[in-house]
Amino acid sequence: MSTVFIALQTNEDTRPIIEAITADNPHARINEAPAMVKIDAEGKLTVRRSSIEERIGRDFDLQELHINLISLSGNIDETDDELTLSWNA
Amino acid sequence: MDMQVAKKKLGLKEKYQVMTRGLDWEPSYQKKEDIYPYASYEGIKIHDWDKWEDPFRLTMDAYWKYQAEKERKLYAIIDAYAQNNGHLSVTDARYINTVKLFLTGVSPLEYMAHRGFAHAGRAFPGAGPRVACLMQSLDEIRHAQTQIHALSNYNKHYNGLHDFRHMHDRVWYLSVPKSFFDDAVTAGPFEFLVSIGFSFEYVLTNLLFVPFVSGAAYNGDMGTMTFGFSAQSDEARHMTLGLEVIKFILEQDPDNLPIVQRWIDKWTWRGYRVLTLVAMMMDYMLPKRTMSWKEAWEVYFEENGGALFKDLARYGIKMPKCAETIALEKDHLSHQAWATFYNYGAAAAFHTWVPEKEEMDWLSAKYPESFDKYYRPRLEYWREQAAKGNRFYNKTLPMLCQTCQIPMLFTEPGDPTKICYREVDYKGSKYHFCSDHCKEIFEHEPEKYVQSWLPVHQIYQGNCFPEGTDPTVEGFDPLAAVLQYYHLEFGRDNLDFEGSEDQKNFDAWRGQATKNV
Repeated sequence: MSTVFIALQTNEDTRPIIEAITADNPHARINEAPAMVKIDAEGKLTVRRSSIEERIGRDFDLQELHINLISLSGNIDETDDELTLSWNA
Repeated sequence: MDMQVAKKKLGLKEKYQVMTRGLDWEPSYQKKEDIYPYASYEGIKIHDWDKWEDPFRLTMDAYWKYQAEKERKLYAIIDAYAQNNGHLSVTDARYINTVKLFLTGVSPLEYMAHRGFAHAGRAFPGAGPRVACLMQSLDEIRHAQTQIHALSNYNKHYNGLHDFRHMHDRVWYLSVPKSFFDDAVTAGPFEFLVSIGFSFEYVLTNLLFVPFVSGAAYNGDMGTMTFGFSAQSDEARHMTLGLEVIKFILEQDPDNLPIVQRWIDKWTWRGYRVLTLVAMMMDYMLPKRTMSWKEAWEVYFEENGGALFKDLARYGIKMPKCAETIALEKDHLSHQAWATFYNYGAAAAFHTWVPEKEEMDWLSAKYPESFDKYYRPRLEYWREQAAKGNRFYNKTLPMLCQTCQIPMLFTEPGDPTKICYREVDYKGSKYHFCSDHCKEIFEHEPEKYVQSWLPVHQIYQGNCFPEGTDPTVEGFDPLAAVLQYYHLEFGRDNLDFEGSEDQKNFDAWRGQATKNV
């Protein structure tokens, strides 16, 4: 199966986001590089708004991800509650 | 009296609908084909523009909000870096040569991308891609601005950064990235989107903006790290534009497939050739390295790009043929490129050097199949010769490839001891190519590529001297005149790093930074 990824800057804003992603996607692998974290996952990766809100204690708009996002791969499906990356093959 | 209930805000999908399709209108007194004259001549058939949708569903109001936040963060770091003399916190002044290449080679491309997307966006009859292209166009001009601002901090202290815009249109190696974008913006709007939005942004920019920029952070350059990551977060959106456009075009009509496949083949190769500069930046020019070019290629092209092409197989899209050649070149590319710049270090706007022993050991470990066998002996020989006072600077000019404009430095696929050379006769003239892929690109559109402004040809024709130069006077030095035309100061901006003004200043300033003098 193909791998999707999301890469985020390493900073205080992204720490709870990365925690939420790892909790919601047990199959994801975290790769740390200078100043960035790349999260790889076989097939599919979901970023959930509610899991981030639980950790930061305030409302979170998934579009805030753009502020600290570096890069990603996969087909994107974004709703108000979830951002999913996936490959169809 | 009823309680006033706040009206529920629009959801992401409804808002996107209102802010894109809701702002569009049908023309009533002009024909649609007169308003969008470029929409059909490439042969791409679109039946329903409304089927195109931005998966991020980004609208202008959200765009301003998040981009403003990114700008605040970016300039906070750039200011802090400048106020704190951040240029002295980089690992080594050799590092700054990557910044010189970035400013002269890459930043003007951002500006061209801005122009290209403004034009492509205007040309599409559909509201969805038009809005996405508009935002990308704004992103690209922001990238050009933030890169120039961030890198101008270095211009106050180091040589070679003083005239990047002038150099971009003239200096021999800068014709490579320049010609890439000039080729893209002079294509039709669909080809432009496939070339830049898909092939370059989706398949290739990760190689520049992810491992190289992470490497900039590793070398203490917070300014470059910040603009690099800030730009690449826009790239994440640009990639979705590129990918959605490909899927959209292919879903609209089966006749579109062969046209799109040809563009993907062409632009993956052209983009890869431009990345030759990035290969040597990663392997030779970062004093502290994060990963080799070969490793980056394996992660971001073979793994990531491989997954992408597997996904697109359902439309009939195949992995570009050039991937096989590239797989054979990945052990050699950075070494061959650096060797060329070492040769021509008297005509470059940055310094060159032979890697230290421990750097060569790192290269051996990363390139066990090729480095010790083909490249280490040559570098060691050059080091010995330089120590004896025989530093070799090549004074003859190389043959350039008519398509990618790179000197013919690449070797035959599978034989790193033989230079790869191809030629084509066209209307009584002979044209030269670095590879089968560049030759094929030319053969498909010869009337476009015969017009290429090739720096070496132009120098030999006498078109690259300052105005008023008389090449017939006794003692005329053509190299000196060409460097004047480039605005490049001999002995300051070029030659070896060892002994350069940059090296001496950096050492002196860094010494002062830790002492009360």
